[in-house]
Amino acid sequence: MNEIKCECGHVNPHGTILCESCGRVLEEKEKEKQLVDMRYEGSARRSQTYNKTIIDKIWNFFSSVKVGVWLIIILLVASSLGTIFPQEMYIPPLMPAGEYYQEQYGWLGKLYYDLGFHNLYSSWWYLLLIAALGISLIIASLDRVVPLYRSLTNQRVSRHESFLKRQRMFSVSNADLSGETVDKIKNLLTQKRYKIREENGNILAEKNRFSRWGPYVNHLGLVIFLLGGMLRFVPGMYVDEILWLREGETKAIPGTEGQYYLKNNAFIFEVYDKEKDDEVFQNAIDKVGTVVKNYQTDATLYKKQGDTVPGEKPELEKVRDQSIQVNKPLKIDGFALYQVDYKLDEMNKMAFKLENKKTGDQFGDVAVDLYDPEMNYDLGNGYKVEVMSYFPDFEFNEDGEPATKSRIPNNPAFIFKMFTPDKPEGEISFVAIRQTIEPMGDNDYKMIFNGVETKNVTALTVRKDLTLWLIGLGGLIFMIGVVQGAYWNHRRLWIRRVDSQIWTAAHTNKNWHGLKRELDTIFADSGIKAPEDQLSDDKKE
Amino acid sequence: MVELSSNFLFTAFILYLVGILFFGGAIKDKRHADKKDSPNKWAKIGIVVTIAGFLSQLTFFVLRWIASGHAPVSNLFEFTTFFGMALVGAFIALYFMYKTPLLGLFTLPVAALIIAYGSMFPRDVTPLIPALQSYWLHIHVTTTAIGQAILAVSFAAGLIYLVKSVDQTKKSKSTLWLEVVLFGLISTLGFVFVSSFFAATDYQANFNYVNKEGQPATEKYTIPAVVGPHQFELTDKDRFEPLIETPAIISAKKLNTVIWSLASGIVLYVLLRAILRKRIAAALKPWTKNINLDLVDEIGYRSVLIGFPVFTLGGLIFAMIWAQIAWTRFWGWDPKEVWALITWLFYAAFLHLRLSKGWHGEKSAWLAVIGFIIIMFNLVAVNLVIAGLHSYAGS
Repeated sequence: MNEIKCECGHVNPHGTILCESCGRVLEEKEKEKQLVDMRYEGSARRSQTYNKTIIDKIWNFFSSVKVGVWLIIILLVASSLGTIFPQEMYIPPLMPAGEYYQEQYGWLGKLYYDLGFHNLYSSWWYLLLIAALGISLIIASLDRVVPLYRSLTNQRVSRHESFLKRQRMFSVSNADLSGETVDKIKNLLTQKRYKIREENGNILAEKNRFSRWGPYVNHLGLVIFLLGGMLRFVPGMYVDEILWLREGETKAIPGTEGQYYLKNNAFIFEVYDKEKDDEVFQNAIDKVGTVVKNYQTDATLYKKQGDTVPGEKPELEKVRDQSIQVNKPLKIDGFALYQVDYKLDEMNKMAFKLENKKTGDQFGDVAVDLYDPEMNYDLGNGYKVEVMSYFPDFEFNEDGEPATKSRIPNNPAFIFKMFTPDKPEGEISFVAIRQTIEPMGDNDYKMIFNGVETKNVTALTVRKDLTLWLIGLGGLIFMIGVVQGAYWNHRRLWIRRVDSQIWTAAHTNKNWHGLKRELDTIFADSGIKAPEDQLSDDKKE
Repeated sequence: MVELSSNFLFTAFILYLVGILFFGGAIKDKRHADKKDSPNKWAKIGIVVTIAGFLSQLTFFVLRWIASGHAPVSNLFEFTTFFGMALVGAFIALYFMYKTPLLGLFTLPVAALIIAYGSMFPRDVTPLIPALQSYWLHIHVTTTAIGQAILAVSFAAGLIYLVKSVDQTKKSKSTLWLEVVLFGLISTLGFVFVSSFFAATDYQANFNYVNKEGQPATEKYTIPAVVGPHQFELTDKDRFEPLIETPAIISAKKLNTVIWSLASGIVLYVLLRAILRKRIAAALKPWTKNINLDLVDEIGYRSVLIGFPVFTLGGLIFAMIWAQIAWTRFWGWDPKEVWALITWLFYAAFLHLRLSKGWHGEKSAWLAVIGFIIIMFNLVAVNLVIAGLHSYAGS
């Protein structure tokens, strides 16, 4: 590769604009400018140097800040589109999504659905945008951080005159630098935490160089964060299950491969009470009506002992009791169980009596477990009831026949066969809530409803997310980087003897106002002019 | 105790208004027009009064916290007033860095306006729903508000920059948009006036209507209904009969409030124009005569630099940690989350444009204004219009 040898003797990589060592302007075009462009120290960036092969072109595309900003803006606008109407995951699952959007929001809703905006954030093009931004983060950072590092490491104390006078902050003083003055300035600079280097009586004072790495550190953090996001697609990294549990019920926790079981001892639902709760809440409760205070599942966690064959009842060992509330998940072995939903007073058992219609005599109790009904109930003395069919969530289907919508006993219905001493072949009766049908003609007996037992049901989300540590690490690195870059400024001051004059120049990557104030205090009463802003005169009124 | 705390809020509000007068005086005071750095007597009193106001509001915050048992940032009134306080706090910090009374003249009215706006919402102490019962409530919400407030200082700085730099001798896009921004502030003031007036007169109008599910429902208006809800029927006597009926999917009450705000904003704006006989920005311009544009630009940039990390920490990182605990996942594309991301992306773009494309000065000032509009959109529209998991903040 053709390197550039500067007059000062330093060998710079091809494409360098300002000599890494002395700061001489190497590029012809730069020489005409009043001020040198100090971004990235005039170092040789790959993207500014090569543009021949396809790789060069891709590299140059993604290393451009302009492209990066456009990606950010497009992502920003795209993200906002997804908030016009709710995303599919937030709509009630009562009907097909397409119908829902049309019904709720008219033709706009339909268009929204047809364009796929109801699942915008998982659409291929949205993910592609994020991927492009990720690539841009990597390439743009590499393109800059490597040459910048070279430049800042190779810089020497005595910078060339052409470099100094083309700094934004620059001054020339016709004065001599006495040893006393030098000591005083150096002292002040040290107090302000500058690191001082000297060479032939010239001075370079520099501080907070590390803040120049801030942007690259935070970009690295973002890249790690995005990698963490991608990691979710690796099998086994992420579990998202739901566990519905009735009071008194014990079930295996999904996702744990039957290792852990959970028992719901009780589900508690509380609202704020005007009488009992803090007086200050009274007005608010009066206005709103009810405000929920607590959703809580009192649970017992069990661990399975030894190996079991499928179907065999596992032997469980209690691990601990815990109340699961919103904001207080139960955690075990990388899994967390969150309180997310509930159903109060779900029917659990239904009780009936067998009654002789004429005499009103009643025989026995039939208590049907709606989740696991027994088929035969012997009431003694020759009275017997058989459950011929059970429909937990009863409806008449399209053919007009009884059917069930789900396994949940929302609307239980039964076909009973009643055996009595006077009707030994049995009578058939169809019993649903508030209706009885006798399909085979009038019966002598009927099943009468004798109460229902209800239970609360809790829903817990079972979550395992092995990507969290990487996401968290990315976030942490990002924060470190962004604070590093934002809360400190890289400042440099050059003092150089040129013949009988003293030249001073200064540079900062941001917060020029702060630099000016600092320099003013350092050079006050020294007989040397502090570097002055060469840009500011024409802007002041 | 809640009532006592409210007195402190009111005192703070009055002190901010007094502070504005002193900062105004600091700029008009010709005796110290030598432009040397040290602030004059007016400015010194101004900042003392502002700090007193800040402390008074802080007392309100602490007392209300003690009274309610949770950090008072759990509903729109509490959050908005806290945001106003954070804005004053951010201004005080930047004042001591740059010693510019003009920044007070622009920031304090915005802060006072935000506090007044927040006070129009129900001020009752609300009990916390289960999702909010966590110490992350105060960590996440306050950090976010402080971050947004520091970012909002760049809006004030941007406004100063634009008022000074936009050429008012001829009509241009810049003069138009600057008036639009100022009109937005004036409309907020209009909203405050209208709400306060009808609250003072205890106006109430009840309606029966048919909601979007086709069910009968009721709605209580506290300002006269220009637009009524779907198939409305006014149930109170002697109340203003709505002129227009809205379709069911539009929230008529909110639309009505927006119409009133804009209408009162137009009245105020026209009135001001008639009195001033020039654009509002042109009338403000002389106040900015002595300020150095570079300095204002720097203040704006600095506040973005300081505010961006704070906002990231509160609005995204703390938000994600809490979301993982309360909602089982750290990110769920809830509208408020998305708009926090949009705010963050916007300021990221701002910083890149500034660092690498050299967008300083006027361009940068416009970006600061847009950034503030996004923050306000997230505060106002996302809470009140786009319902989501965060929408309890509106009740």
